[in-house]
Amino acid sequence: MSLLDVRGLTVTYAGGAAAVRGVDLRLDAGRKLGIAGESGCGKSTLALALLRLLPAGTRVGGEILLDGEDVLAMKWGRVRAVRWAGASIVFQGAMHSLNPVRRIGDQIAEPILLHRKATPAGARKKTGELLEHVGLPAARASAYPHELSGGQRQRVMIAMALACDPRLIIADEPTTALDVMIQAQILRLIEQLVADQDVGLIMISHDLAVLAGTCDRLAVMYAGRVVEEGPAGEVYEAARHPYAQALSAAFPRIGDPASRFAPRGLPGDPPDPAALPSGCTFHPRCPVALDSCATEDQPLRNAGPNRRAACVRITTAAEPADEPDSPRDTPTDGSGTRRDTADGDPDAHRDTADDTPDPRPSKAADDSDTQHGTTTDEPDPRPNTTADAPDARRNTADDGSDPRPSKAADDSDTQHGTTTDEPDPRPNTTADAPDARRNAAAGDPGSLEEARPSTP
Amino acid sequence: MTTSTTPLLSAQGVRIAFPGRHGAPDARAVDGVDLDIRPGEIVALVGESGCGKTTLARALLGLVEPTAGRVTFDGRPLEYSGRSLKAYRRRVQLVLQDPSGSLNPRHTVYDAVAEGLRIHGHGGDERAAVADALSRAGLRPPERFFLRYPHELSGGQRQRVVIAGALVLEPELLVADEPVASLDASVRGEILALLLRLRAELGLSALVVTHDLGLAWNIADRVAVMYLGRIVETGAVERVLTAPRHPYTRALLSVLPEAPGEPVVLTGEPPDPSRVPSGCRFHARCQILAGGEADRAGVAEACRGRDPEILDGGGTAQVACHWAHARKS
Repeated sequence: MSLLDVRGLTVTYAGGAAAVRGVDLRLDAGRKLGIAGESGCGKSTLALALLRLLPAGTRVGGEILLDGEDVLAMKWGRVRAVRWAGASIVFQGAMHSLNPVRRIGDQIAEPILLHRKATPAGARKKTGELLEHVGLPAARASAYPHELSGGQRQRVMIAMALACDPRLIIADEPTTALDVMIQAQILRLIEQLVADQDVGLIMISHDLAVLAGTCDRLAVMYAGRVVEEGPAGEVYEAARHPYAQALSAAFPRIGDPASRFAPRGLPGDPPDPAALPSGCTFHPRCPVALDSCATEDQPLRNAGPNRRAACVRITTAAEPADEPDSPRDTPTDGSGTRRDTADGDPDAHRDTADDTPDPRPSKAADDSDTQHGTTTDEPDPRPNTTADAPDARRNTADDGSDPRPSKAADDSDTQHGTTTDEPDPRPNTTADAPDARRNAAAGDPGSLEEARPSTP
Repeated sequence: MTTSTTPLLSAQGVRIAFPGRHGAPDARAVDGVDLDIRPGEIVALVGESGCGKTTLARALLGLVEPTAGRVTFDGRPLEYSGRSLKAYRRRVQLVLQDPSGSLNPRHTVYDAVAEGLRIHGHGGDERAAVADALSRAGLRPPERFFLRYPHELSGGQRQRVVIAGALVLEPELLVADEPVASLDASVRGEILALLLRLRAELGLSALVVTHDLGLAWNIADRVAVMYLGRIVETGAVERVLTAPRHPYTRALLSVLPEAPGEPVVLTGEPPDPSRVPSGCRFHARCQILAGGEADRAGVAEACRGRDPEILDGGGTAQVACHWAHARKS
């Protein structure tokens, strides 16, 4: 069972901005997943959604299985317990995340006192240990945030995230405001902690180079979706999706004559989540867009061993040959069920699109393969989720409005599931998503609860 | 890279010290710097936060008067009277890091760009000048942006407005402090390309202050690496960034994610400018000295006891390191 399994996650803010539009991610303990993208691509929203930290009025759909338990279906008490102890977040900008008028030791001790029912002395001892762990002397516990440098404050944030021995750490731009040398120190610290404590790490950044240097796998997000996903080094060095290529080229390799006096960017601005372009959301900025891109949404498709990308130009030629290598080493598995959440995409289009390169069978095969590789033990530890939850989904899916019907298929019966799913008319669009959400919520008590911003 | 043209802007032996509070020693933010910027040249000043690079940039703009040394522009030393500074700032413009912070949210794009013209009593057609500056900065058609407010623009567009505001006075030199640090990856390249294009079209010189070595590789002719108030290595970008000689430059380059070889992660943070170490100011963190290589080269004594000479501001490749000098000879 994966540590974290996100399935068909959708987040729509109260204003109607669809910030996350169907994201599947998987992460195993001890692995590191990087999520890259520009501001507004939904990466931070995704991080907040994982712990239900989004503002009231936000609609969240899909499933977030943390150790097999759906975070979105949890009762509030359980969510509180899971925050810090199950998963914790290191926010960007340690300057603003620490309380300026409280000593850092007290701030680190707070979750320990609340979650561990520790005695003040025990919490103090643990705080000292945590500080030493992140490379600060235990005596600094009595310092105020302003007495620390930016790098030291970020270390405090990391110590705080580790306070309750979480299984998953989500680091949102942990090094963005830091100098290169301090950044290297912090990244090294994070890597070491992940290796020592066998926790899972999700690291979010706009800097593909940093993510590629730290993480095992990389997912590149654009306009609320994953557009490319694969082993970190490969995505950085040889991205398949034009957006991922542009992002990768934006950070020059020093010594590379091609980038000397030739800074590379991407014309245009990221799309407004409240008014997304039709078809492939990237097409207005895409240097290699086809006419059809303006109308046809592109699902994630196989783009090599262990890799997926959502671009019409990717042909899946060398498909089946790749599979043998794929199974075991996929900590995340952005399962290729993206088409189900496809927006405003008439089925006719989808059919033609599918006929030509036909990413389908290979996807199913791949999914089943990874499934075998990583989740052979699935039925045992999670009888509830595999049996109940997907069933509930399937029921709502019959309404024709649930944006993630094939998630169920993806879960256990991928092989036969996806193929039978295909011909199904799938009228669901993001416009429908709110409804779908309501429907799903009906069969899924608790998921209607609005997340409130919370403090430890 | 060495051209004999006289520098447009030149710092000579500039020192800037801020008095310490409560009897603490002065903070020597800039501690003896020579730096020339020639016409049409883009120089990157790189270093960690607290190394004095922004203070030096402020001194070059005439915003801070050096404690010692002098700044000359076009061969004439800067005068610090209000009138001559105003004339100077017409020729040298500043582009700040955070475009959201440097634009007045209640001013339209037109007002933001025209402000400089109004301050300096522009005689000609204001509207045409603003339109010209906006389109040079890549906001086309300019009329479409005249009445927009900063909040209606994306981060990249805001930075273009800031650049347009700097361009409208037709300056000879831009000082850009981290011009792309707050921008998204894809926008970053666009803004840097704009700086290069302005150099090609207008012959604009630029001093780019940054901690991003990749930025220097992207656009600069020359790079100066600053550590604790002093330039420790300078030279053509190709040379300094591909064959660094100073241990500090080497460490900075080694920690970049794509760098080959084992990263040299320096421990701790840059020391306090009010307590600059004696000898070479980098010796306490120097991996070459700690690894014993300086000892083998017979310079360990010098590293601990003798301050390397101040590098001259010209275009030649130079390094302020006893070990690097010993290796060369």
